[in-house]
Amino acid sequence: MNEPLLDLERISLRLHGSSVLDQVSLRVMPGEIVTLIGPNGAGKTSLVRIVLGLLKSDSGKVWKQPRLRVGYMPQKLHIDATLPLTVDRFLMLSPGVKRAAVLEALVEVGADHLLKRPLQQVSGGELQRILLARALLRKPHLLVLDEPVQGVDVNGQIELYQLITRLRDRYGCGVLMVSHDLHLVMATTNTVVCLNRHVCCSGHPEQVSLDPAFVALFGEQASALAVYNHHHDHAHDLHGEVVDTPEGHQHGPNCNHA
Amino acid sequence: MPDFLLYALLAGLSLALVAGPLGSFVVWRRMAYFGDTLSHSALLGIALGILLDINLTVAVTAGCILLAVLLVALQHRQWLASDTLLGILAHSTLSLGLVVLALTDGIRIDLMAYLFGDLLAIGVADLYWMLGGLGIVMTLLGLLWRRLLSVTVHEELARVEGLPVTAIRLALMLLIAIVIAVAMKIVGVLLITSLLIIPPAAAQRHARTPEQMAIGASLLGCLAVLGGLYMSWNLDTPAGPSIVVCAAGFFMLAMSIPRRA
Repeated sequence: MNEPLLDLERISLRLHGSSVLDQVSLRVMPGEIVTLIGPNGAGKTSLVRIVLGLLKSDSGKVWKQPRLRVGYMPQKLHIDATLPLTVDRFLMLSPGVKRAAVLEALVEVGADHLLKRPLQQVSGGELQRILLARALLRKPHLLVLDEPVQGVDVNGQIELYQLITRLRDRYGCGVLMVSHDLHLVMATTNTVVCLNRHVCCSGHPEQVSLDPAFVALFGEQASALAVYNHHHDHAHDLHGEVVDTPEGHQHGPNCNHA
Repeated sequence: MPDFLLYALLAGLSLALVAGPLGSFVVWRRMAYFGDTLSHSALLGIALGILLDINLTVAVTAGCILLAVLLVALQHRQWLASDTLLGILAHSTLSLGLVVLALTDGIRIDLMAYLFGDLLAIGVADLYWMLGGLGIVMTLLGLLWRRLLSVTVHEELARVEGLPVTAIRLALMLLIAIVIAVAMKIVGVLLITSLLIIPPAAAQRHARTPEQMAIGASLLGCLAVLGGLYMSWNLDTPAGPSIVVCAAGFFMLAMSIPRRA
């Protein structure tokens, strides 16, 4: 139980000459939900792709538990309109899967009524559940979810996050997920890693929401969660680069704290 | 039935059988232009085959495979958009083939036969080459079916689930290359892609599973071959274009039949 499922050490990545990830370290323990948050272009998806082995980092170490089974839920699924594929056939594409397991996984995510539906005729929220079912079919030790609530309304988002927590409780798997919105994941995540090419801050969600680095990165949106008294060891310019500030936090237009 | 008609029938029907499932992937993966480019380059293979005095089917197959690999390498670099790259290669290889043929002294070949096919001139040796090539393609398609489908649906998901995605993609391109080399004798370099695309497109509207679409495309392709040869025999029209016209007719018919609810 004390051995992490996944341990990333000082991962750096440059794409097309610019730094995407800078010395990012991250670890996921069994049964732990780790949420990556950060603005667009912060390198969240790149980091996930490195974890999945779809992308190679320039430096740093990726350690995974031997024979770690990863269930992956991609950000989107585009299937050509000419490909007639029902939900059950889509799930059967997972290697070595039996029909009974497919139905079981769909029941698990509350989408069993979609079994025979063409994949092009399901809604955004239904598709996310189906993709989650496909990830579950791997009987994963680690679930990797790239923006699992994309294209889902707020109520649906809360439901999906609750579902992910239930699945974690049930299977005891670790979860690494990408999200935009700390508010909604607060209740369901154990650890938040705030990423903006480097790790700005990480820890328990309450702790992160109070962290000045988080407040500075998300500005107004996060200010509802911010407290007033804090010190900053660095600031960000408009491009998200770290700016050294010897006298602490530089107040920007979005700051409404003293 | 005269021998040449029997050979033509066997060659056409076996091509249609393989083109159904393979063409379905061409449609799903939007590789129509890729197929076109490969088939245009087949003429260059012919020219080089004549120049080097080697078996033409072998020359064309090798040429198509080389071009497929070159295309994958160039697409990977991303200098140009895929369709631009394909357009450049399609027409420059076709033209180069025509130029090389013109420069080859002392050999007069029937260009029309290569451009539009000469199904009724197929001999026993040709037929064996075709059946062999198509048999290999069909077997590989059957073995790789589920993996090809998985890669077509979502490449990254397939990769995470442990499939060798690059190898599978390359395999699909090689299968297309082989079929194009074989089909050239039947419908010619300018019409090959139509046999890969039209039957699956016609079958697609009424299919509920990938397999239904593939089998439906094979059946429609066979009907188009029968219809085309019948037309050619009775009306003295060129066999290759007649087959394509029949396939297009079936496509129109499929579009006009309302979809099942």
